[in-house]
Amino acid sequence: MSFLVEKPGMFTIVQDLGRWGHQSRGLTVSGPMDPFSLRLGNVMLGNDENDAALELAVGGFEAVFQRECCVVLTGAGLPMTINGCHAPTWTVHYVHADARVAVRVPPSFADGCRSYLCVSGGIDVPIVMGSRSTFTRGKIGGYMGRALTAGDAVQIGPPAPLWRISAGFTCPDRFRPGRCRDEPIHAMDGPQIDSFTDAGVKTFYNETYTVTDKIDRMGYRLDGPVIAHKDGADIISDGIVHGSVQVPGEGKPIVLMSDRQTTGGYTKIAVVSTWSAALLAQKTPGAAVRFHRVSEKEAAGYLTSFENDLRRLDEMRATYRSRRIW
Amino acid sequence: MYETPKLLGSGDSCLVVEFSDAIEIDANIKLQCLRHALDDLKIKGVRECVPTYRSLSIHYDPVKLSREKLEKIVSRSLEKPVESGGALKRVLVMPVAYGGEYGPDMANVSAHTGFDEAEIVKRHTARDYYCYMLGFTPGFSYLGGLDEALATPRLAKPRTLIPAGSVGIAGKQTGAYSIDSPGGWQLIGRTPLLLFDPDDEQNPTLIDAGDWIRFRSISRDEFESIGRDVNAGTYKPERFVERDGGDGSCHS
Repeated sequence: MSFLVEKPGMFTIVQDLGRWGHQSRGLTVSGPMDPFSLRLGNVMLGNDENDAALELAVGGFEAVFQRECCVVLTGAGLPMTINGCHAPTWTVHYVHADARVAVRVPPSFADGCRSYLCVSGGIDVPIVMGSRSTFTRGKIGGYMGRALTAGDAVQIGPPAPLWRISAGFTCPDRFRPGRCRDEPIHAMDGPQIDSFTDAGVKTFYNETYTVTDKIDRMGYRLDGPVIAHKDGADIISDGIVHGSVQVPGEGKPIVLMSDRQTTGGYTKIAVVSTWSAALLAQKTPGAAVRFHRVSEKEAAGYLTSFENDLRRLDEMRATYRSRRIW
Repeated sequence: MYETPKLLGSGDSCLVVEFSDAIEIDANIKLQCLRHALDDLKIKGVRECVPTYRSLSIHYDPVKLSREKLEKIVSRSLEKPVESGGALKRVLVMPVAYGGEYGPDMANVSAHTGFDEAEIVKRHTARDYYCYMLGFTPGFSYLGGLDEALATPRLAKPRTLIPAGSVGIAGKQTGAYSIDSPGGWQLIGRTPLLLFDPDDEQNPTLIDAGDWIRFRSISRDEFESIGRDVNAGTYKPERFVERDGGDGSCHS
């Protein structure tokens, strides 16, 4: 055992970058809602990018570590304490054996609602079909296929050599995603854009939508002006991607996320960019959403520049030496 | 079926190749061919190809592979003539115990269709069913080819838990529940086969899109004995390839 969960938080699950390669078998990809924050956290620790971490929704998590390690909390600005002392997010902290790590519920979710608690060595749960990600609906992967509960004993993998030297390393502000949470959500026209009236398409791109309380890892239901179809919302079921914006008959968009079904039978007006889907995943009920049409090239450009940032951060970490005296 | 398949963008990381705007077996066979051709090319940056009724979704990493390059590769693959020499059918035999405790809705189907149980079983096992796609839950197969005389509407009130392996009818569809799940299909039997096995890294589902399913009626005793072998991991599902005499197929 490496840490013992005392308070599980609202919804804490193990995620790596997802269970790819089995969608043709009807198997959901899962993976993190904000993959960028997970990858940054792993790189900061000298982990493999695909190492598993805990995805925490909203906070309220508390665990006692049995083994020394380094941790970093990335993603939303949920407040973390180690043995009761404030431990800033986006900074690597050394955790000694018997230390208590807590991630609290913040007074507001202005800075997002999903955090990644990454540990040196990664969370070690059995690999199921190539991934450690939890798919709770299918009871597959992660910690026994479910969210953590109090009393769970979670293993940590063997850390990289020299794992201690990252302690104190901080991710520069400019590398962190979601700095500007009011920015519009980038979207590209979807495969069934022709199923909507011109007015419907205009409504989607010009009006402001609101995040409802029907949000989870499967999808975000939005409320706002009705988007008009030409004739009907049903299609022959076809493929779905992360960020697909389905518009069923009632005309309100649903953005499909990490635990999305692999196929679906509703018209898809648009697809949110991979980058923006991670920003949307940090939004909570009541938040405003505006969609901004971008080209596929523009959207891909964000991913390429993130990749470059990640490489730069990795170089910075490699030359960083902790000031802590061991 | 379209004369030329349509390439449709689906965000920054997926390209959809649409072959038809209807459910047609020829279109599906074509897209299965494209899927296998692309799989064989092992293109750097392609995450996976996902077939549905009438389209193939190609998931890729735009950092490693540009949309233009992917579109070129796809167009080139589509131009290649499909192997001729008669279609090959990849058949999976699925043993099913019909009626009784395994088929609690047999009476509903009987009342709706006017056939007795023996006739329903005879008709259900008389044809091969083509698996267009998998979805809904891991391993759930969308089969085409049900005898329309067997079509029965879904249950008015869906069940909250249907055991894995249950075989049912919903409208003009038939299929088997791959894992325990809620659902509203009229259950007429159950297969002892394991349709979804997360421990099988290569083939986690027994059925793959493009397979043909042949149901075989078995007795309660046979159900028990196959079930024991399945649990022990010693049961080898009956599979074979046969010639269909239709147009081209890539399952060689």
